[in-house]
Amino acid sequence: MKKLMLGNAAVARGAYEAGVRVVSSYPGTPSTEITENIVKYDDIYVEWAPNEKVAAEVAIGASIAGGRAMSCMKHVGLNVMADSVFTVSYTGVNGGLVLCVADDQGMHSSQNEQDSRHYAKASKIMMLEPSDSSECKKFTKQAYSLSEEFDTPVFLRLSTRVSHSQSLVEEEERTEQPLKDYEKNPQKYVMMPGNAIHRHVVVEERMKKLAEFAETTELNSVEDNGSEIGVIASGIAYMYAKEALGDRVNYLKLGMIYPLPEKLIQDFAAKCCKVYVIEELDPFIEEHCKAIGIDVIGKDAFTLLGEYTPSMIKEAVLGEAPAEFEAIEENIPIRPPVMCAGCPHRGVFYVLKKLGLTVSGDIGCYTLGAAAPLQSIDTTICMGASVSAAHGMSKVRGAEFNKKLVSVIGDSTFMHSGITGLVDIVYNKGNNTIIILDNSITGMTGHQDNPTTGYTIRKEPTKQVNLITLCKSIGIEHVTVADPFDVKLFERIVKEETERDEPSVIIAQRPCALLPNMRKTYTGHCTITDKCKKCKMCMKLGCPAISLDGDAVKIDTTQCNGCGLCVNVCPFEAIEQED
Amino acid sequence: MNIMIVGVGGQGTLLASRILGNVAIKMDYDVKVSEVHGMSQRGGSVVTYVKYGEKVYSPIIDRGEADIILAFEILEAYRAMPYLKKGGKIIANTQQMNPMPVITGAMEYPKDIEKKLSERIDLQAVDALAAAKEAGNLKAVNVVLIGLLAKSTDTDKQIWLNTIKETVPEKLLDVNLKAFEIGYNM
Repeated sequence: MKKLMLGNAAVARGAYEAGVRVVSSYPGTPSTEITENIVKYDDIYVEWAPNEKVAAEVAIGASIAGGRAMSCMKHVGLNVMADSVFTVSYTGVNGGLVLCVADDQGMHSSQNEQDSRHYAKASKIMMLEPSDSSECKKFTKQAYSLSEEFDTPVFLRLSTRVSHSQSLVEEEERTEQPLKDYEKNPQKYVMMPGNAIHRHVVVEERMKKLAEFAETTELNSVEDNGSEIGVIASGIAYMYAKEALGDRVNYLKLGMIYPLPEKLIQDFAAKCCKVYVIEELDPFIEEHCKAIGIDVIGKDAFTLLGEYTPSMIKEAVLGEAPAEFEAIEENIPIRPPVMCAGCPHRGVFYVLKKLGLTVSGDIGCYTLGAAAPLQSIDTTICMGASVSAAHGMSKVRGAEFNKKLVSVIGDSTFMHSGITGLVDIVYNKGNNTIIILDNSITGMTGHQDNPTTGYTIRKEPTKQVNLITLCKSIGIEHVTVADPFDVKLFERIVKEETERDEPSVIIAQRPCALLPNMRKTYTGHCTITDKCKKCKMCMKLGCPAISLDGDAVKIDTTQCNGCGLCVNVCPFEAIEQED
Repeated sequence: MNIMIVGVGGQGTLLASRILGNVAIKMDYDVKVSEVHGMSQRGGSVVTYVKYGEKVYSPIIDRGEADIILAFEILEAYRAMPYLKKGGKIIANTQQMNPMPVITGAMEYPKDIEKKLSERIDLQAVDALAAAKEAGNLKAVNVVLIGLLAKSTDTDKQIWLNTIKETVPEKLLDVNLKAFEIGYNM
């Protein structure tokens, strides 16, 4: 029976059926649900690693030791694991190794729009790209046979619309893969210059074989509809093209996007008068076509930015206007994402805004602290940068600037890549104040456990990294734990710690309001009483439940969860908590 | 059939689109459901697409192509209007949730949305929040709206009931079945 399955769930199913034994990942939208779905399969060892580099290395170790392994990440996660990736290309594999990377065209939940296909080329690792859930499963399984056949890791490239769309998938049985023999083989696995120099030769030979394979594999297919127009596409862009153009053009669908075929493309193009390359983001396939002397239309007709749509393709290729629609003739307010009612971060940013501090920010739900009305965050670059960038800021601007500067970083992000930045501060005599926003979970990606929560991905109790002990052992002498909803105390602590001539850490501790335990804690709602002087102090919180009705403040009881933060900031005791 | 489900992150649009997707499979259609995860789920505008038919390629719906728009909030119904096909229908919950630019006072919540919509397109506006309250749980707004959608799509009601039974946790089943009936009969 066919099942409706998310692309990510289908990749997980593919891994299961392919006999995968180990999966290690760090969460990142839009890749997270692959690893979450692996949890369904008891035959697979699965874990959340502290970051993508660690995750990749766990998978690499499992592969070298003879089992099929996988690691999954979002596009920017691949940057973190890149160091391991470039060298595992040289060592090759023992058990099959697949690295799933999900790009985020349109930046639904990311800080950039990088095109991960460049990594395949740069690291000389083959890359497959499925177009729907059924292909997600099929390509995952095929990736394992190819990995072992060609002795190479394989990238599976996904995108938001493939990862997060559900389509029909036929489930099959798992094929157990016996562990491959493990033998000491330093020439293959010890990448010091004397060995690596020989492995580079192997890599180049492998690339030649893979390029030949690309000419004949069924992963790449031609659909000849007798048209003069040809379209070369892969992944979700193929689906958009197919919907827009139907059988009015010929298609070369590329399921394997690195290395790309030459003769196949030349033969396809020879039968068409005009060839379009339809690919979101960078002209990766287009540049290859042009390099082998094929005159294709690509980024001259299509944008480098964001997601494509079928009507955009129809207009560019066939010159047909998109469907008519009812336009909105007035300027309507956008609805950007906001911190939830009851969000523990709200108390922190309320204080930081009030104190007028420069805030070096990081990646997580709390990045929303950059938006009005809390508008506290000055910078957000990448995972961990809040800590190290603040150190750089202080070094260039000096002690007075430093007294008005803090870093904010979530518990999971701190584990991911905040620790090394903090070590740098201690080692190099910095005196920054770092606020770890400990909400007891990895929030933004949808509640994954991490080394500070005390539970594994399978919800088994485990040792919990103690943030206080950790910071102290690095050499931070001043570590304070505070509840960010106790705004007066929290404000005093931030003032004291930023004044210090030594580095310090404040752990802002309050669990995410969406966690089941907090949902039980936060019952009822808050109400405004007649003591209200309309000072609008509570409006400064940017709580989605509090808004103005004329000049009166009102609390929307369908959104309020009674967290009580507004009660704490009201100077007139005019807000009451009700059960 | 192209159905777009719009609302505010946290309102349960994802569950609604999954129920609809599974109903379509039971009717032997090819189906695609495009979801939104990550940052946009945090109280922002959320859009999911459900498409079914003989063969579905693209999981997304373009402007002017939705047969039905199911809106969980009235401003989101208005925002989605350009996606409606000529002759299509919007089913909208009249609930108003202020977005942050309105809360901060930077903009006003548009006035008379229902009137503006019904002047231009086929609108069925209902108070799904009151209906959910009547069913016994404010969170059942999504299933009230699913009931309305079931009625509008000319499909076998039993398929919907079976799908809800398979999707919703046991302890919430009674409330949700009640919410569905209220929506179906609105």
